[in-house]
Amino acid sequence: MTATEILFWFLSALALFSALMVLVSKNPVHSVLWLIVVFFSISGHYILLNAQFLAIVNLIVYAGAIMVLFLFVIMLMNLNNSTEPQKNSLVKLAGVVAGCLLLTVFVSAVRSAQEIKDSQALMNTGDIGLIENLGKVLFRDYVIPFELSSILFLSAMVGAVVIGKKE
Amino acid sequence: MPIQYYIILAAALFCIGVTGVLIRRNAIIIFMCVELMLNSVNLLLVAFSKMHYAISSANNKGTAAITTGTDAQLFVFFIMVVAAAEVSVGLAIIVMMYRNVHSTDVNFLNRLKN
Repeated sequence: MTATEILFWFLSALALFSALMVLVSKNPVHSVLWLIVVFFSISGHYILLNAQFLAIVNLIVYAGAIMVLFLFVIMLMNLNNSTEPQKNSLVKLAGVVAGCLLLTVFVSAVRSAQEIKDSQALMNTGDIGLIENLGKVLFRDYVIPFELSSILFLSAMVGAVVIGKKE
Repeated sequence: MPIQYYIILAAALFCIGVTGVLIRRNAIIIFMCVELMLNSVNLLLVAFSKMHYAISSANNKGTAAITTGTDAQLFVFFIMVVAAAEVSVGLAIIVMMYRNVHSTDVNFLNRLKN
């Protein structure tokens, strides 16, 4: 096994384990911290795929900004184990069974797909994930969506302020 | 790495997110599970972009165009932008609901009025 494969399996196991811990943690603050671990392992996957720009943006936007927002809201509401609502175990069992069945459908669909049978994802090489190439395409072919996303941000900011302010 | 490994990893993360939405009652945890699903799709898009680049360079004798597959990575960038806007508005709504009913339990939040 090469170092890349070892890193792939380690990061995959870490991502799946922390994603499960997000679900089973009783304390919402612990869920947020486990979700940050998931985002770090997904960033590790991006680095393995040589998509450095997305790895850094994932860390800054998700782990840095969005998760801190979640943490602030949870601490503002003072949620903890005792206030955590619990579903009854029958509903939980039904949810877990539904999730496992969905995974079974996905896995069997992937196993029977012929088009991707011998395809490989290129690891460690290829310059398409570097910021220079992404930036050229972004500002040449995707200028209008880029500008529209700034308008989206402005409206989201105004909306959040209007919803969040006290009457 | 074969692309199937990435597809199955992303599908597993997505299904964990779906299960979380189904079994948890706290609105904030449900929101975090939605973020988890978005991230699994992002990972799959990046893996497919590298697969597309590998196939293209194999077909053109090792020299693929430098823009092959960048579209998928820009899609991931835009998904992150939309997710950030969505989170800010969604958390503002949850805070407003909490101020009115003093709970984030989705079973109490099933009516928009009061």
